[in-house]
Amino acid sequence: MTTLTAPSRRAISSETEDVRPSRRRLGPGQPIRFGGLVGIVALLGAWIVGSATGLLDPRTLTEPWTVVATAETLIENGRLQESLVTSGVRAALGLGLGVAVGLVLALVSGLSRVGETLIDGPIQVKRSIPTLALIPLLILWLGIGEPMKIITIALAVFVPIYIHTHNGLRTIEGRYAELAETLGVTRWEFIRHVVLPGAMPGFLLGLRFAVTSSLLALVVVEVINATSGIGHMITLASSYGQTDIIVVGLVVYALLGVTADAVVRFIERKALSWRRTLAS
Amino acid sequence: MASYAGELSPHQDAAVQVTDLHRSFNKAGGVLNGLDLEIAPGEFVALLGRSGSGKSTLLRALAGLDRGVAGTGRVEVPAKVSVVFQDSRLLPWKRVLDNVVLGLRAGDARERGLQALAEVGLDGRDKAWPHELSGGEQQRAALARSLVRDPELLLADEPFGALDALTRIRMHTLLRKLCEVHQPAVLLVTHDVDEAIVLADRVIVLDGGVVRHDARIELGTRRSQADPAFARLRAQLLSELGVEDDHDAPRPTAGRLSERAAS
Repeated sequence: MTTLTAPSRRAISSETEDVRPSRRRLGPGQPIRFGGLVGIVALLGAWIVGSATGLLDPRTLTEPWTVVATAETLIENGRLQESLVTSGVRAALGLGLGVAVGLVLALVSGLSRVGETLIDGPIQVKRSIPTLALIPLLILWLGIGEPMKIITIALAVFVPIYIHTHNGLRTIEGRYAELAETLGVTRWEFIRHVVLPGAMPGFLLGLRFAVTSSLLALVVVEVINATSGIGHMITLASSYGQTDIIVVGLVVYALLGVTADAVVRFIERKALSWRRTLAS
Repeated sequence: MASYAGELSPHQDAAVQVTDLHRSFNKAGGVLNGLDLEIAPGEFVALLGRSGSGKSTLLRALAGLDRGVAGTGRVEVPAKVSVVFQDSRLLPWKRVLDNVVLGLRAGDARERGLQALAEVGLDGRDKAWPHELSGGEQQRAALARSLVRDPELLLADEPFGALDALTRIRMHTLLRKLCEVHQPAVLLVTHDVDEAIVLADRVIVLDGGVVRHDARIELGTRRSQADPAFARLRAQLLSELGVEDDHDAPRPTAGRLSERAAS
């Protein structure tokens, strides 16, 4: 009791009393409402003020209102939508292919020792080669068309999916397998009711990493050699010094990333509702 | 290697027949050393023993969960065996009813599951997640999961070991009631002597991998710790278990103490 500060008296109203010993707070305290947005708004404000006062050269970074006007023009002539659809389809195909491959490999490797000995080693090696370093080889094999782009994205995607799903599978507790044995379930029932739901948290974590990887790979394959898509739009604008179009492209990339992440988090909330209630 | 027969031999009417069972985890010494055990259909057997006496090893042998453990002997158990573990072992990602009917292949599995939940006093909780249940409720759900399969043999490995004392008393009453209705043979592993006396028809004490003591409990159906016969049996079993200093035993001279034990 001697370490406590003296009881402080805080009268809320005349008849109720609230006397309690209090300690100095060491944690960060109450969360701020919409705290995540404050920094973004501040940055946008700095951009607007900088442009309006002429501190920011328009050749370095276009004024925000010009960017808005450019975006409107690009939407009116249909270039933005067209590029967005091309890029979106590319990313989605690559992501879908990569997720499917990563998931199947993780299941085969996680459920059978033979599968693990065959699959796990090569993937660990592949993991240490940055996917983007494979692009020269992929161009030689597949040309510079769509297949090369989609395969590159898929290669960047399947590794996090595999790693996290495999880890999820391997960390399912052995006691659940033992329970399933005493209940006399078939192998397929075991996979469906125990293995897949048990590996779901790992898979979804992998999916969030995979979405980020897919966008990174998308940007790279589009900037290197593309004739369509957001990346192509940006590269073209770069040659003509059109910072406004570059900024519009970047905003679109950001929106793609944020949307994809929101979708994954939505899936996570639905699929892991048994966990969410635990956290709340 | 032990033969693990799924069905009873036709000339025997025992539910469980264990003959000359040996199990060892390392070369130094066996955990079970030539154990013989017979359990009649519908008989409730409590298995007592100190830590490391081979209780769980025997139970796992009966459950068919000891593949990879070296040993010899014969283990014959009925076709339908259910296991209740110390932890409820409900799958956290399945709702209570889905846990209860997991792997149950019957057209009316869900109705039977609901019925089993009602039997253990969990009606209306079928859509709850396991973590929303208290420890006692989780263990009831685990009991429902076992009983919905109509087992001929129920194996329970310290099923109430993790529960608080009050919940445990309620679970004892529930288990007795359920066993009267379903009539499975039961092997209950416990190290709680009172629990063994309250619940079982027969108590077995395991020591050094063999049956050291095997006796029927002749106390009738209403068993009270205030009963002197209860106290005598308790003292006897504790001494079989190597506990001489029985500080919990009701002493006839100290009236207040025996009152507390009886309550």
